[in-house]
Amino acid sequence: MITPTHYMLLSAALFMIGVVGVLVRRNIIIIFMSIELILNAVNINLVAFSSQLQHTVGQVFAVFVVAVAAAEAAVGLGIILAFYRNRETVNIDEMNLMRW
Amino acid sequence: MIDLFIIPLLKIAIVLNATLVGVTYMVLLERKVIAWAQSRLGPMRVGPHGILQPVADALKLMIKEDITPVRVDRWVFTAAPIISMVPALIVYAVIPFGPEVTLFGRQVTLYITDINVGLLYVVSVASVGVYGIILAGYASNSKYPLLASLRASAQLISYEVAVTLTLVSVILVAGTLSMVGIVRAQEEAGVWFAFIQPLAFGIFFIGGLAETNRAPFDLPEAEQELTGGFHTEYSGMRFALFFLAEYANVIVVSSVATTLFLGGWLRPFPSVDALAFLDIVPSWTWFLLKSFVFLYVFVWIRATLPRYRYDQLMRLGWKVLIPLAIVNLVVTGFIRLMVL
Amino acid sequence: MGEAIAFYTIAAFVLGFAVMVVSTKDTVHSVLFLVLDFLAVAALYVLLGAEFLAAIQVLVYAGGIVVLYLFVVMLVNLKGFPEENRDPHRRTKLGLGLAAAVVVELGAILAYDYARPVPQLADAAIPVVGNTEEVGWLLYTSYLIPFEIASMLLLVAMIGAIVLAKREL
Repeated sequence: MITPTHYMLLSAALFMIGVVGVLVRRNIIIIFMSIELILNAVNINLVAFSSQLQHTVGQVFAVFVVAVAAAEAAVGLGIILAFYRNRETVNIDEMNLMRW
Repeated sequence: MIDLFIIPLLKIAIVLNATLVGVTYMVLLERKVIAWAQSRLGPMRVGPHGILQPVADALKLMIKEDITPVRVDRWVFTAAPIISMVPALIVYAVIPFGPEVTLFGRQVTLYITDINVGLLYVVSVASVGVYGIILAGYASNSKYPLLASLRASAQLISYEVAVTLTLVSVILVAGTLSMVGIVRAQEEAGVWFAFIQPLAFGIFFIGGLAETNRAPFDLPEAEQELTGGFHTEYSGMRFALFFLAEYANVIVVSSVATTLFLGGWLRPFPSVDALAFLDIVPSWTWFLLKSFVFLYVFVWIRATLPRYRYDQLMRLGWKVLIPLAIVNLVVTGFIRLMVL
Repeated sequence: MGEAIAFYTIAAFVLGFAVMVVSTKDTVHSVLFLVLDFLAVAALYVLLGAEFLAAIQVLVYAGGIVVLYLFVVMLVNLKGFPEENRDPHRRTKLGLGLAAAVVVELGAILAYDYARPVPQLADAAIPVVGNTEEVGWLLYTSYLIPFEIASMLLLVAMIGAIVLAKREL
């Protein structure tokens, strides 16, 4: 009834919502949160296939994705805080120190 | 059909009602015990020896005016007390009050459900409970509650680490994550885990005190500090919900500690047959008795110890409890691997 | 049948909350919708039989990472909406382009499924060991090295975050 195709469609839709968030929004915190949505979409895909093939490797991979997402969120938010202390903004259009 | 829907619904109704009544009477227990510790009598007017005091408290809070400050975030302001209360209540889905009993000719288990990641469920629900505090402070649109809520939530997430590490040691000894499985493991081992893992028990208890913002770790909500903490701007029924959520959390920590460390529904010395006459007392009564002992100790500690300062509190959490919990975990793992 | 109802309900919540995360103006509301989204995804994992991963999702993602986001949002504490858009039509063009990409991708998945249908999700065999034990076995035997590397990554990230967020070294 519910085939992995359903889960793939859900994952693809969630992925694209995340990509839209990254590309369209200007607030960097919301961009980071959209990246988390992308990672979740990948996780859903992994777990769906792990369940279909009855092999737990997919879930192990998903655990690693969660761990990496946690590390990335911590460092990314540290960078945002450091930048905010210097420039008083979180609009990425104004984060152009390294532009030509 | 009956087994799938009606019995669990009945169990949920009984457990929720018992919890809410227990929470309101915990208020009375606290006032009475602190009063006796201070050589006075506590509430005595309403009902014989003040038994009906919680009814009066509930009525008072319900008819109080519900003040909502201007320019608050309406949705978040209303949702924060609910987010505080719900995790404290849904933990009861996995706490076992007793084994299977025969009621009206049916085999009924004295727990709502037993999922095989029960302990992980408890920990994850507890970590969601932090949101109520953060959002309460943020939604109040005022400096003092915001700072107090940031302090309180920092305290909560710091002690969560130590508590989770001690729970991992318990899992190592029991060999299973399900709560019923842990009680059965204590039954097989013949001794409560409080004696096998005394350090974990101590750290869990201290961490539980800090997690529920109870004295001596109640700086974020003390009246002398930051004008009353994160629930300054709340009044009436919303404040009552915060208040009750704190006591519900205390009862949850007591129940979880009873299940994990004090043998759940087992009688004292479950392996000593000479004490089999104690089996007259039903299993859930043992559970309630042990939880009550914990509640009493919580209130006793509040009446006795002075408050920790915030930096002392954080130092204790990070520099003392977490290393101790890690050492406990390593030693437990080593013993489990080499000896058992 | 029950599984289908559950899947469609949870999927609707996941996508609905995700859209709210991306489109809400107020940052704190966005973070709260993200929490709800993660809880819905955890429910999806339970539906798929991955209970350990569901608990980890709630514990780490909803209970840890998003709390971190909430702290940062409150420390940055923006009341105004910092999004100024230089090109008011840029968003529309970008949005339409991305929507077209979504349609193409979903259509490709459906076409592939029509050509070679994927068999139904195998009914979960009665597990001999629980889901947690299986994940644990794999983590500690076949995938031990990635596990150790992940723990070192977390350590490095922790030190990095502390150094970045300190006021003065």
